[in-house]
Amino acid sequence: MNFGRSLLSLRKSFFSPRLLKATNYCNPRNNNKSLLVHVSPIQYFHVSICNHQEEISTPPPPEGFMPGVANSKLIKHTHEEAIKNPELVKAGMSLGETKKMNLFQSVNDAMSIALTTDDKAIIFGEDVAFGGVFRCTLGLVEMFGQDRVFNTPLTEQGIVGFGIGVASVGHTAIAEIQFADYIFPAFDQLVNEAAKYRYRSGGEFNAGGLTVRAPCSAVGHGAHYHSQSPEAFFAHSPGLKVVIPRSPIQAKGLLLASIRDCNPVIFFEPKILYRAAVERVPIGDYELPIGKAEILKPGKDVTVVGYGSQIYILENAIQMAEKKIPGLSCELIDLRTILPWDEDLVAKSVNKTGRLVIAHEAPKTSGFGAEIAATIMEKCFLRLESPIQRVCGWDTPFPLVFEPFYTPDMIRCYDAILKVVKY
Amino acid sequence: MLVNPRLSMLSRSISLLSRSSQLRARLFSSSAPAASETVNYTLPEGSFQTYECDPPSHDIKVNKEETINMYKQMVLMRRLETTADGLYKSKHIRGFCHLCTGQEAVAVGMEAAITPDDHVITAYRCHGFTLVRGQTPHAILAELMGELAFSLTSLCKGGSMHMFSKNFYGGNGIVGAQVPVGAGIAFAQQYLNTKQATYILYGDGAANQGQVFEAYNISKLWNLPAIYVCENNHYGMGTSASRSSADTNYFARGQYIPGLRVNGMDILAVRQACSWAKDWVLSDKGPLVLEMVTYRYGGHSMSDPGTSYRTREEIQHMRSTNDPITGLKQRLLDLDFLTESETKQIDKDARATIDEAVKLAHNDPFPDETELYTYIFVEGSEPPFVRGREKEEVGHVVHKQ
Repeated sequence: MNFGRSLLSLRKSFFSPRLLKATNYCNPRNNNKSLLVHVSPIQYFHVSICNHQEEISTPPPPEGFMPGVANSKLIKHTHEEAIKNPELVKAGMSLGETKKMNLFQSVNDAMSIALTTDDKAIIFGEDVAFGGVFRCTLGLVEMFGQDRVFNTPLTEQGIVGFGIGVASVGHTAIAEIQFADYIFPAFDQLVNEAAKYRYRSGGEFNAGGLTVRAPCSAVGHGAHYHSQSPEAFFAHSPGLKVVIPRSPIQAKGLLLASIRDCNPVIFFEPKILYRAAVERVPIGDYELPIGKAEILKPGKDVTVVGYGSQIYILENAIQMAEKKIPGLSCELIDLRTILPWDEDLVAKSVNKTGRLVIAHEAPKTSGFGAEIAATIMEKCFLRLESPIQRVCGWDTPFPLVFEPFYTPDMIRCYDAILKVVKY
Repeated sequence: MLVNPRLSMLSRSISLLSRSSQLRARLFSSSAPAASETVNYTLPEGSFQTYECDPPSHDIKVNKEETINMYKQMVLMRRLETTADGLYKSKHIRGFCHLCTGQEAVAVGMEAAITPDDHVITAYRCHGFTLVRGQTPHAILAELMGELAFSLTSLCKGGSMHMFSKNFYGGNGIVGAQVPVGAGIAFAQQYLNTKQATYILYGDGAANQGQVFEAYNISKLWNLPAIYVCENNHYGMGTSASRSSADTNYFARGQYIPGLRVNGMDILAVRQACSWAKDWVLSDKGPLVLEMVTYRYGGHSMSDPGTSYRTREEIQHMRSTNDPITGLKQRLLDLDFLTESETKQIDKDARATIDEAVKLAHNDPFPDETELYTYIFVEGSEPPFVRGREKEEVGHVVHKQ
């Protein structure tokens, strides 16, 4: 292989999302260990690209790529698959209709139902009246009028403070922060005001009617301020709930539950899934439980935990590991709610498998994986067969050109699975 | 219909702009100027609107060489942005990209009024400021394209929204976050008694952030040499100024801080205002708020076509009657500073400069992967580990620089 030439062409087209796609789709056959050991990551990155460049021809969507979503087994492509979900059966959706929706449409659908069923519900945020930058509120102003769906100035602290006020008199406030990266001016309002309102007023007042939606996580080219995953900051605030969905069906049910939950909820939507994830979503009104994780694939040897868009990367990593090690069986868990997280389900799983791999995009140090690892160590200490592995973003700011190195991709997740198995 | 009142409001707020192109300059010099000649010139009436202060003088001096340079810089800037637009569409630039086409007079006019020792901080629409503050088109394009130029803007870690230069504290990605930072820069100038001004730029959208008012307050309280410059291009993303701001007189929103509204499409007015503002803050009169009334021709960013919240006619109207480059060009022709053929040559030169820069950027090396870990902490004080990607993928990897 001519690395000199390869690197040249890599440089020239680094930003081409085709290449990013190729990286994540690399053929397991090319992924032998010797390659990983003897070439630098950048070279390795390119080797896999070269082998696949010809296979890929469709141009990428402007929102970036989410490799593996379209063909994921976790996505419910048909009506039958969709309504088989026991949680939906329980919610009475098994008899109803489903409709093809991507994630922004399902979020839109959930908000439309929330405003229809609750006269006191309002939606506000930057540019939401014309549909929002990701089209999540498209058409809602026409359906519900400007009194219930309206733009705010660019004032994040004001948006959340306003939402707390609206919620404190018993209304339902659905606020949008345009990007999760912009939520920090509102950090004080969320952590000190929303989270503690009930506690500090002895139950007299609360901000339970507040739900803050914000698009989060990597998108392929977002750089410092359009890519972050700040869930762990809020997981440190008793009084808040933090939810991250992985798919349209999940997003609709979890968002409706979040809006109706009597605690302030922060709802992070992985922005890369807005268009990439398309499912048959029940058109009815249903909720999915907050605080409950979901086992997406049962297994007996390794527990693999993630949430949001990371789930699809883990799915591919597991597929690859199970192909490489015949007989290996991994259990994939979607946490869904970060706070309060489903300790029991994860502990039960690790007590069965004895091994745990956690993956998230946020930096490793004090990321939510640290909390999971510490709790599982307490609860499953004698049962653990190997050190818990965390595959995360690195402890650097989110870099523009190095995004493919920064995010915990399939190869890194695969390596972590290998490591806990071979320990 | 909402459109009509909005349009009329817009045209009212920029009526002073259109007048500038209609009014012929009143010249006090009758003969054709020589190479380094300076002529007296009177800015059109309505170039300024004041709040709690007297306006700057409308009579200015115009130097041939200096004005031609300003013209060249504006042409170069527009060419740079047009090229960035094309490179984005051909996928050589990825990420978020905000172009300043239409707003060139603000950056170039401000730079003409100040010295490289003065301080400038702005938001994410920063390519133009990066250019006038000393970075080359090559460095800017390399940053945008993820290639590593030797004159570095942010080592390709940040891209479009995060470019820097000497005494230019950046492109800042978070709306309004640079405003209190700018107050801090101004405080340092006062403390060190440097006799330098700090220009703090933000948009009409950011003007509603709470931290802007916090910065106003401390800078007035401590009498800082801070010049707040609101670039009012009439739209905060897709929301027009009148829909987002209870008071669209941005120059008067400092309440206890005097303000000046400037025709931001007239580069000579911008230069005069910025120079007046510098004198003001350096004579210990405290902070100022300038409002540069300008217009962006393109969308907010590359993902916004820019036509869903305003009409094509409005954009066309602004382009044909208020363009800052055409405006200055007409004056240069009227003053006999330039001929038609010389302006064509300037266009050609700008095109050649940018084409050359694109070529250079294409041939630059891709940043070394170790750059991922640099500049997180000051050199020499890094923690022993930076968790980062290495061949074994073991997670805790020692990083040595």
